Amino acid sequence: MADGSAASALRPPIAMLAELTHRCPLQCPYCSNPLDLQRRSEELSTEEWCNVIRQAAALGVMQIHLSGGEPTARPDLAEIVAAAQAAGLYSNLITSGVMLDEAKLATLKAAGLDHVQISFQDSRAAGGDLIGNFKGGHEKKLAVSKLVREAGLPLTVNVVVHRQNLDRIEEIIDLALALDAHRLEVAHVQYYGWALTNRASLMPSRAQVDHATEVVEAARKEYRGRLAIDYVVPDYYARYPKKCMDGWGSQYFAVTPRGRMLPCHAAETITGLEFPSVREGSLAEIWASAEIFNRFRGTDWMAEPCRSCEHRERDLGGCRCQAFALTGDATATDPACSLSPHHAVMLATAQAEADSGDPDYIYRR
Amino acid sequence: MQQDAPLLTEESRPKLASFVRMQRDEVRESWVLQAPERILILDETGKAILDRCGEGRSLAEITQVLAAEYDAPPGEIAEDVMAVLTLLAERGFLEVD
Repeated sequence: MADGSAASALRPPIAMLAELTHRCPLQCPYCSNPLDLQRRSEELSTEEWCNVIRQAAALGVMQIHLSGGEPTARPDLAEIVAAAQAAGLYSNLITSGVMLDEAKLATLKAAGLDHVQISFQDSRAAGGDLIGNFKGGHEKKLAVSKLVREAGLPLTVNVVVHRQNLDRIEEIIDLALALDAHRLEVAHVQYYGWALTNRASLMPSRAQVDHATEVVEAARKEYRGRLAIDYVVPDYYARYPKKCMDGWGSQYFAVTPRGRMLPCHAAETITGLEFPSVREGSLAEIWASAEIFNRFRGTDWMAEPCRSCEHRERDLGGCRCQAFALTGDATATDPACSLSPHHAVMLATAQAEADSGDPDYIYRR
Repeated sequence: MQQDAPLLTEESRPKLASFVRMQRDEVRESWVLQAPERILILDETGKAILDRCGEGRSLAEITQVLAAEYDAPPGEIAEDVMAVLTLLAERGFLEVD
C-alpha cells in the first residue's frame, strides 16, 4: 500500500452495526451470526458500548444499527440508545420484536430511539413460527409492530426470503402496508455461516426469484412515495456480483458482542486474518490502519479476472466472504460473477438444491 | 419510468417526513438528511430548498421565495425545486400534502 491508493481512498465510515449480543429467543436457520456464538460473559459492558459509540461519532459515523442476536435481550439497551442520541447518531433498532412491550418501547423512545426494524419470517404464522422455531412469534410481532406505530416511531418490516416463503411475496408486501410500515426490506438469504449450512433447505428456484423480482418492481411503482421497498438481490442467480458493503472498509463496520471491529459482520468467516478488538485499540486506529480493513480496500488486492475488468470499480469484485466460502480464496472473484471460473458450479448448485425435497433445518442455537 | 404520473406538482406541499432528521455533520462539514438506512449529504441548493419547505408552502411558493431571495430567474429555480424535491420524495424523505 506504499503508493497510498488505500490511504487516499480512506473516507470516514457512515454507519456502524452494533451486535450487542448473540443471545436470541429465535433460532432462524439463516441467522447472520457466526456458527460459534459468543457468550454473555464475553459481551462488552454498558460503558464499553457507550465509549465505542462516542468514538464512532467522532470518526464520522452517522447511523447506528443496534442489532444482535436480539438486542432487546440487553437490559441496558436504553442506556446504549441514550448514548447514541447524545452523540448525534440516528439510531435504528433491529429486532425480532418478541421481547418488546409497550413500556419497553416507551423507555426506548424516551431515550431517543429514532427507528424500529422488525423482522418477520413469513407473511403467515405457520411458516414464520417454523423458521424462527418460536411458537407464537408471528402473532407477537404483529402486536409489537402496532405498538411501534402507536408510539409514533417509524417502522421497517424486514423479511428474509427463500424457497419456503418466496411464493408469498405479494402477501409480504401487503403485510408491510397493513402494519403502516414506512419501509419494507425484502432480503434474499445471503449464504454464509448458518445459511450456508442450511442452503439446500432455503435455495429458491430461478422461477421463484424472477417472479418475486417482478412483483417487487411493480409494487415499488405502485406504492412510490408511500412505502419504500429495498430489495437485497439473490447472488446465486446473478450475472454480476453485488458491491458488497459498498466496498470493504469504505462506509461501514460492525462491532461484535465481544468487541471485535470488522469490515462486515461475516468477516470472521474468512480464516487466517487477525480481528482487532475495540478493547485494545481505538476505532480510528483500527479503521485507518488495521490489516483487516486495508486487506481488501480499493482495487489493489484484486487478481484476475477482476484486476483488468472494466466493472472492477462498479462492484469491487463482489463479496469477499462469499469468495472465501465457495473457493477457499478470499482474493478470488465472487463466484456470483459470470466471469468467475466458479460461477457455473455455483449456479448448478443453486439449481440442484432448489429442486431438493422438504426442508430439514439445522436451527441456530 | 416516463409513464409514471409525476409524484409532485407545483401545487404539492411537501415537508420532511416525521422520522427524517436534518442535521449538521461536523466531520463532513455538510448538512445531511438521516432516515432509516438512508443518508443524503445535501449540497447548498438542496439545503436552501429544504429550509423553505414545510409551513404549508407549495412548490410554486418555495420557488417564489427563493427567486426573490436570490434575485434569480424563477424558471430555473422552479426546475431545481422540482428536481430536488422529486428525488427526495422518491427516496421516502418527504411527506406530501
